[in-house]
Amino acid sequence: MGVSNTNSDKTQEEEQQDLPKVVLLRPPPAFSLIGEESFASNKFQFLKTYDSQLPLDQFLSTHSHSIKAILSSAGAPVNADILQLLPEVGLVVTTSAGLNHVDIPECRRRGIKIANAGHVYSDDVADLAVGLLIDVLRKVSASDRYVRQGLWADKGNYLHGSKLGGKRTGIVGLGNIGYEVAKRLEAFGCVVSYNSRKKKPYVSYPFYHNVCELAANCDALIICCGLSDETRHMINKPVLSALGKEGFIVNIGRGDIIDEKEMVSCLMRGEIAGAGLDVFENEPNVRKEFFAMDNVVLSPHRAVFTPESLKDLSQLVVGNLEAFLTNEPLLSEYVDNE
Amino acid sequence: MDCNGYRQENHDQNLFPKPKVLVLEPPPVFIYHEEKLSQKFHFLKAWDSPLPLEQFLTTHAHSVQAILSHGSCPVTTNTIRLLPSLGLIVTTSAGLDQIDLQECRRRGVSVAYAGNLFSADVADIAVGLLIDALRKISAGNRYVTQGLWANNGDFSLGSKLGGRKVGIVGLGSIGLEVGKRLEPFGCNILYCSRNKKSSVSYPYYSNVCELAANCEVLMICCELNDQTRHVINKEVLLALGKKGLIINVGRGAIIDEQEMVRCLMQGEIAGAGLDVFENEPHVPSELISLDNVVLSPHRAVHTEETLMALVDLVIGNLEAFFSNKPLLSPVLLDE
Repeated sequence: MGVSNTNSDKTQEEEQQDLPKVVLLRPPPAFSLIGEESFASNKFQFLKTYDSQLPLDQFLSTHSHSIKAILSSAGAPVNADILQLLPEVGLVVTTSAGLNHVDIPECRRRGIKIANAGHVYSDDVADLAVGLLIDVLRKVSASDRYVRQGLWADKGNYLHGSKLGGKRTGIVGLGNIGYEVAKRLEAFGCVVSYNSRKKKPYVSYPFYHNVCELAANCDALIICCGLSDETRHMINKPVLSALGKEGFIVNIGRGDIIDEKEMVSCLMRGEIAGAGLDVFENEPNVRKEFFAMDNVVLSPHRAVFTPESLKDLSQLVVGNLEAFLTNEPLLSEYVDNE
Repeated sequence: MDCNGYRQENHDQNLFPKPKVLVLEPPPVFIYHEEKLSQKFHFLKAWDSPLPLEQFLTTHAHSVQAILSHGSCPVTTNTIRLLPSLGLIVTTSAGLDQIDLQECRRRGVSVAYAGNLFSADVADIAVGLLIDALRKISAGNRYVTQGLWANNGDFSLGSKLGGRKVGIVGLGSIGLEVGKRLEPFGCNILYCSRNKKSSVSYPYYSNVCELAANCEVLMICCELNDQTRHVINKEVLLALGKKGLIINVGRGAIIDEQEMVRCLMQGEIAGAGLDVFENEPHVPSELISLDNVVLSPHRAVHTEETLMALVDLVIGNLEAFFSNKPLLSPVLLDE
């Protein structure tokens, strides 16, 4: 039979090279935020297209036989063109909860499984949503500026804010994040209602069939849904008018869910009372009109980024990849039923 | 108004004069709602007079029965002694440290305050300041408006609320409202108070230093009195530690402010959210230069809705007093 090729005869590098590959089309933010070491595993090896001089399709074709999974993050779409070059791929794992950059029907067609960030971020995003709502209702950041500018001593009391208790808060998208937001708002005495793709049988909050009706019946809209063809620019002029002069909007979903130009107009004309925004249509280039508005709180897309959640994310990503490679059930498989 | 209307009103005023209420300095509610208040009461405005206070009191106010005061307007022993007919002090604050309660007790002067009217609003701000300090909301806002997100890239990370141990100092009505709000965020609530509260299951600590050593956030929700003045001192701040945050919605003097500033500058604690200061409206300039503090100009109670409710409460208390009925929100002075 010849010389036996046991593991001890191979170098560590050779062993590494035998491992199934997980391809990355762009570096995930989490790699630089908590370090790539958090994502290491002895069951797979990362292959970085961005580290190579080769054009993308050539790189993928060259390695296609060993690439079993894609680790994806927003900004580098996983579309039919990419998938066509990777016939061995059986799993797409994303570092985000959102999947608008993944061609889901194409994955389904090819029998490719999808795993996202699951609920890893839900608490952090919900915390920030509530923080932004309190800020914009009670003018926390604006009054902090007032103090820093020396105006408290000069001009006396800052403007009044608006009480949280009793405010009707409309949650747009009652998924995990929306649900966590609702739970928190109840403790402040807010009255919660929602609009979602489908009515949720397990909650007792009033359900509105369309977002315009929800806006007409609440004092603050909290955008917690994902970005899709249906939700792009869903918050438009009629919705903002329905929300009204005393209405507030908080967005921790995606910038494109709101018609941003229209929202700026409404804010400038006083047709809505204020906004708390973590996401924008053209990050990181935030419209300058917002900068001068005292009734707007701007957050640089940080809703998910705490070190603790990023650690949880790294464990989830590795767990999903390892489960897939050992034929175990995925930890956070995305299923199309929201 | 025509001559007849004026004469009639003057006539009514002489038959049924509005009760006189002394105001030493105008509370915010007076500034915003003087008209509504003046419909029922005649206010003697000490601050408006060229006379020094003592002279004003002996000249114009010696027969006055009621004072309308507010949180940072002292009602001293001396003032009370110059008013032999005084029967009531109404303060628009929840805090009472500005009133000589002992002298009130001695003289049988009743005191009415804001009761629990503000508790929800104060708790909302306390939690808002905590989320801001932990998740860097105001600092992030500055980062964006200074053009740094576009130019310098991603802002720094905040810290998670869930799982964090939060120590509430003073579990009165404000402290309880804070605890209620923090629970769905997944915080672990601990507290220290004058007495253990049998109605809550949060772990109790009998002294604030031990509480600080066992938590990552201190929320100051207690009142200012002789026991709590500077109770948050160097020892407590060091026990809280380098990753600790302090949120104060009580009174500035509960914290040794100079020591806290030093700890913040030297990184002995991680940050702060402050609605109150030892010498308002003066805020130590060192704090202005720090990115890890959130500064609020003593406005935890300033919402439109609550101020409207406060006007009604003040009117209600004054009316009750002048018609010999029980006060709506009396302070129990016999404690």
